[in-house]
Amino acid sequence: MAVLLIAEHNNKELRPFTLNAATAASQIDSDVHAVIIGQNSADAAKQLSELPVVKKVLSVEGAHYENFTAENFAPVIVKLAENYSHIVCSANTFGKNLMPRIAAHLDTSQVSDIIKVISPDTFLRPIYAGNAFATIKSNDAKRCVTIRPTSFDPCESTGGSAPIEKVDASEEFSNTKFIKREEIKSDRPELGTARIVVSGGRGMQSGDNFKLITEIADKLGAAIGASRAAVDAGYISNDHQVGQTGKVVVPDLYIAVGISGAIQHLAGMKESKVIVAINKDGEAPIFSVADYGLEADLFEALPQFMEELNKLNTIQK
Amino acid sequence: MKILVAVKRVIDYNVQIRVKEDGTGVVTDNVKMSTNPPDDNAIEEAVKIKEAGKASEVVAITVGEEKAQETVRKALAVGADRGIHVKVDGTLEPLAVSKILQKIVDKEKPDLVFMGKQAIDDDCNQTGQMLSALLNWPQATFASKIDVKENKLEVTREIDEGLETIEINVPAIVTCDLRLNEPRYASLPNIMKAKKKPIEEIAASDLGVDVSPRLEQLKVEEPPKRKAGIKVANVAELVQKLKNEAKVI
Repeated sequence: MAVLLIAEHNNKELRPFTLNAATAASQIDSDVHAVIIGQNSADAAKQLSELPVVKKVLSVEGAHYENFTAENFAPVIVKLAENYSHIVCSANTFGKNLMPRIAAHLDTSQVSDIIKVISPDTFLRPIYAGNAFATIKSNDAKRCVTIRPTSFDPCESTGGSAPIEKVDASEEFSNTKFIKREEIKSDRPELGTARIVVSGGRGMQSGDNFKLITEIADKLGAAIGASRAAVDAGYISNDHQVGQTGKVVVPDLYIAVGISGAIQHLAGMKESKVIVAINKDGEAPIFSVADYGLEADLFEALPQFMEELNKLNTIQK
Repeated sequence: MKILVAVKRVIDYNVQIRVKEDGTGVVTDNVKMSTNPPDDNAIEEAVKIKEAGKASEVVAITVGEEKAQETVRKALAVGADRGIHVKVDGTLEPLAVSKILQKIVDKEKPDLVFMGKQAIDDDCNQTGQMLSALLNWPQATFASKIDVKENKLEVTREIDEGLETIEINVPAIVTCDLRLNEPRYASLPNIMKAKKKPIEEIAASDLGVDVSPRLEQLKVEEPPKRKAGIKVANVAELVQKLKNEAKVI
């Protein structure tokens, strides 16, 4: 039986992690169908049909799907599930919110946040904030799996031409009402997919001081991250949080500034290719995972860092 | 309004996890255990709602072995009125826990069920959503703000893109984020008082729920370790290394 991928999108276009989830789905079975549920989402459905790994697109439209409410999405997928061996989507807030609702309806035990497909029934997943890896075999007839997007490469996005089939909408769930979404718009790259991330922690001491990080991020074309402590203190908004209960990032370069390196933070960034730590406490645990550690006062080091970057003839983007 | 709050006993968040040499799990003997951190936020929020006169009773529940009762006792010490301990040996999958909670909801008839958004041991992030599916109730996951209105809640949720606000009709499930509130500490007099509060013990086997595992944990291993790096003397050296050695800028 084929694998059903749940596409994540904003009604206009696919969200980037759909491509990573498609890769994971294709590693489970080469026969991947993708379902897209939304309103006026035809453009995103077309994009989905162009992914070469996707063999068929199922499109479900309805006004009650505009805001991706799990209570409305789940019945559609549960109905489709009888034709599929696996249901797959990203383990970001979209998939985390939705997939367990589907799994419970199907009476199947979900496997969350996998980082590797070992076989169609066996997966590797981190537990304890990534301090252990568990190999999990699912003995359910139908398997609901969420994937850690940064552990799978995005699939090719063009060249496919899967047929798009319309599927009937399900009834609206009337007890949940969407009010508003406050998205923080930025010209910077998305945190989850950025090549470089510059993150600040409690050591930044104020939201104002984050401009030292912003400057450097803009110079490097980087996304801005933060530790939970910095978000809790109100220095920066929650969408920047990296860690066990925030986002997982795997950039080529991660620069941790004024972050001590609690295991909960390390869980979100320690797979980065190159890690830099700038901290005045030489004993801070962040140095144990850093390729390059600089023991210095960040208020002196960051302006110097900016100066040194300005001296460079070229900066990779 | 009556609020049921589910709490889980986990390895304390400060403990450095060690994987057992035989690959069957992680070391839990002589390791400090605590309430799962966002479950503390769930209890705190329920108690605050009661203190604001908007809830009549807060019931704390845990599903787990003998010692899991400590987490219920702690919830009683910070303001929950009574406790329920569903006793079971070993660990259960979130699906099984949500089925047990469903049975308790059928019996207790709460208006709201709160719990943490994820447990920091298995990092599954499933139980609340599964329970709301089984009950066909609305779900507000990753809540960082809850406004109680008449027969409904307005909940702000932390999502990847920022914040989302939804309105859910009661009865409903809310899973709590760490930023929802600042959990209080139990005072000594309240810890003493909590010892007199009732905890009902129920054997999971009496609930008529199939809790048999669907997943097999074949192996638990240490993640690959990062090689130790170097310390650089100054910013100029750092930038030079990033440019010429790591070649990332």
